[in-house]
Amino acid sequence: MNLTLHIALTHVRNRARQTLVAMAGVATGVGFSIMMAALMQGSQEDFIKTLVDALPHIAISDDLREPTLQPADTAYAAAEIHGLTPNVRRRGIKNPMATIDALRSWVPGALTPSVQSKAIIRFAGRNRSVSIIGIEPRSEATVSNLAVKMRQGTLASLYRANNAIILGDRLAEKLGARINSNVTLATTGDVNLTATVVGMFHSGFRMTDENSGYVLLKTAQILENQTGLVNEIRVRTNDPMAARLIAERIGAETGYKSISWQESQEDLLSTIQIRNILMYTIVGAILLVASFGTYNIISTITHEKTRDIAIMKSLGLRSQTVRRIFLIEALIIGLAGAMIGWVLGYLLCRGLGSLEFKTPFSDSNRMAISYSWVHYGLATAIALISSLVAGYLPARKAARLHPVDIIRGAT
Amino acid sequence: MSGRDGMRAPLIEARHVSRVLRETVPVTLVRDITLAIGEREFVAITGPSGSGKSSLLYLLGLLDLPSEGEVLIEGRSTAHMDDDERAAVRLARLGFVFQFHFLLPEFTITENVALPMRALGRLTEAEITARAEELLASLGLADHRAKTPDGLSGGQRQRVAVARALANDPLVILADEPTGNLDSKSTAQVFAILRDLVDQHGKTVVAVTHDLNLAARMDRRIEIVDGAIASDLRAEPA
Ligand SMILES: Nc1ncnc2c1ncn2[C@@H]1O[C@H](COP(=O)(O)OP(=O)(O)OP(=O)(O)O)[C@@H](O)[C@H]1O
Ligand SMILES: [Mg+2]
Repeated sequence: MNLTLHIALTHVRNRARQTLVAMAGVATGVGFSIMMAALMQGSQEDFIKTLVDALPHIAISDDLREPTLQPADTAYAAAEIHGLTPNVRRRGIKNPMATIDALRSWVPGALTPSVQSKAIIRFAGRNRSVSIIGIEPRSEATVSNLAVKMRQGTLASLYRANNAIILGDRLAEKLGARINSNVTLATTGDVNLTATVVGMFHSGFRMTDENSGYVLLKTAQILENQTGLVNEIRVRTNDPMAARLIAERIGAETGYKSISWQESQEDLLSTIQIRNILMYTIVGAILLVASFGTYNIISTITHEKTRDIAIMKSLGLRSQTVRRIFLIEALIIGLAGAMIGWVLGYLLCRGLGSLEFKTPFSDSNRMAISYSWVHYGLATAIALISSLVAGYLPARKAARLHPVDIIRGAT
Repeated sequence: MSGRDGMRAPLIEARHVSRVLRETVPVTLVRDITLAIGEREFVAITGPSGSGKSSLLYLLGLLDLPSEGEVLIEGRSTAHMDDDERAAVRLARLGFVFQFHFLLPEFTITENVALPMRALGRLTEAEITARAEELLASLGLADHRAKTPDGLSGGQRQRVAVARALANDPLVILADEPTGNLDSKSTAQVFAILRDLVDQHGKTVVAVTHDLNLAARMDRRIEIVDGAIASDLRAEPA
């Protein structure tokens, strides 16, 4: 065996109790770091998955990217015009079906037209202001997960009645409406319409379940008082992470506002980033604190072994060799501690993953835990680096010792 | 033979070596020492307590640096060497035996003897172990080779220290009161070993000693008084 390793192992072995305490410190640090990383990343992935499942990956709306130029603006280059009646733009996406066909030719994913509308829903004397979304059941199923979130009825049930509506389950509960109940929809544009409840969905998001209802495109067009209106095209891209780029290209080609889920959830995503920075800071701090134990034992050993260090150096061992002995000791503690930490971290993850609980925000009742080698590798790397730093200071001091100072004192 | 010996550079040479400790009041340990030690010499360094014998030995053995003057090993000046270079010379060319055995307590005596060889790295592990055991056996310690220093008597430990000093086959052994803590029987044993190293193995031994009887039985006696050489006498060849 290599000489430095042999000496290091002997020092460590002969101080089993102290060494184990230091290793336990590193192990605890590594274990909890792994657990925390698994938990944070798990919940983040779970959150993004829920988000990506629930939201259209891209929403193309009838807002233009630039405000419409008024005729006077085009006619006179440098003029400020007052008192003109502005041109009213016809609402909705122009030639929606042709636009969708054009997009289908290159967008990797599925598209569906929809009408976003607002209405007051009335049933049994109760009123609620809700979002009404006009959909085309067949293509809707390829874009959103509404079809699988149905609790009663199916998307196709919308064809059952003349004006049919699917309600969020919480909304239905609040109104006291059931299947086959007839509810009234009223808009600010003075349209009144009676619709039959043909289904209920439960998305898991309280806001959606309390405040929305789905109808056929044509029903929504009646509510909006405009035949053929489509004011939103929703896209589900095959790769959700590609949505941002695709959205940009759609925006450039159609001139309409085209927003990816990443863009619409920017605030949430940056919150996640901050959370990650926070997490890595805390993980780093835990491991740093764990390395204090390593510092402690290495300084103790170098202190106890002053005479031995003097002997080795007087025989002709180089400073660098002496330094290496103590660095190896720190590494042994760091590595062994990290390996115990892997087991601890894994067990903690399994333990947490098996806990059941209820949250008011979503349906999941297990903690999402992400198992990744990266967490183990990262925690180990940080543990080893901080062990090295912890060992370096006493090791350097030991290596600098002048043997004659010790030998003179001893004789 | 003797003619060529005269031409060869001394093994250890000190030229006007002084060592002053820079304390609040400077302490002169060694003052203006010039001497040369050649091959196959058996040298005693004697003198009153506190006269600077150990200090001189540390300077000759490159453990300490002179404040003035220089020490040459086999004709090479060591004045411009750095710590690592001096360590390399100590490891390969010099052997040390101290008054307190200075063995590593956590290792067997075989491992202690093997240490300088492993640090030098010229032999394989198997060769190193074989040589360590051979050295211990030649000093009458074959039965103890698996013990740690704690399990040995003072005389036995000092013999282990001699074995360790011989590990890398140096030409010079520097010993600081090697028998200072030993009873008369062990003293005789250790002295016989040192004598044998010079006579049978062609080594040079420089030993600090208080024991004037021992000094009288060595070939050359350098007396230090107050940090300086008071006398340097060679015994008449028998
Ligand atoms: N670190 C130190 N600080 C101050 N004085 C010192 C120091 N080390 C040694 N001395 C002094 O230097 C002088 C020489 O010491 P040295 O150990 O070389 O003498 P010595 O001849 O070996 O003595 P002894 O026979 O007792 O071993 C002594 O007077 C000692 O007190
Ligand atoms: Mg002395």
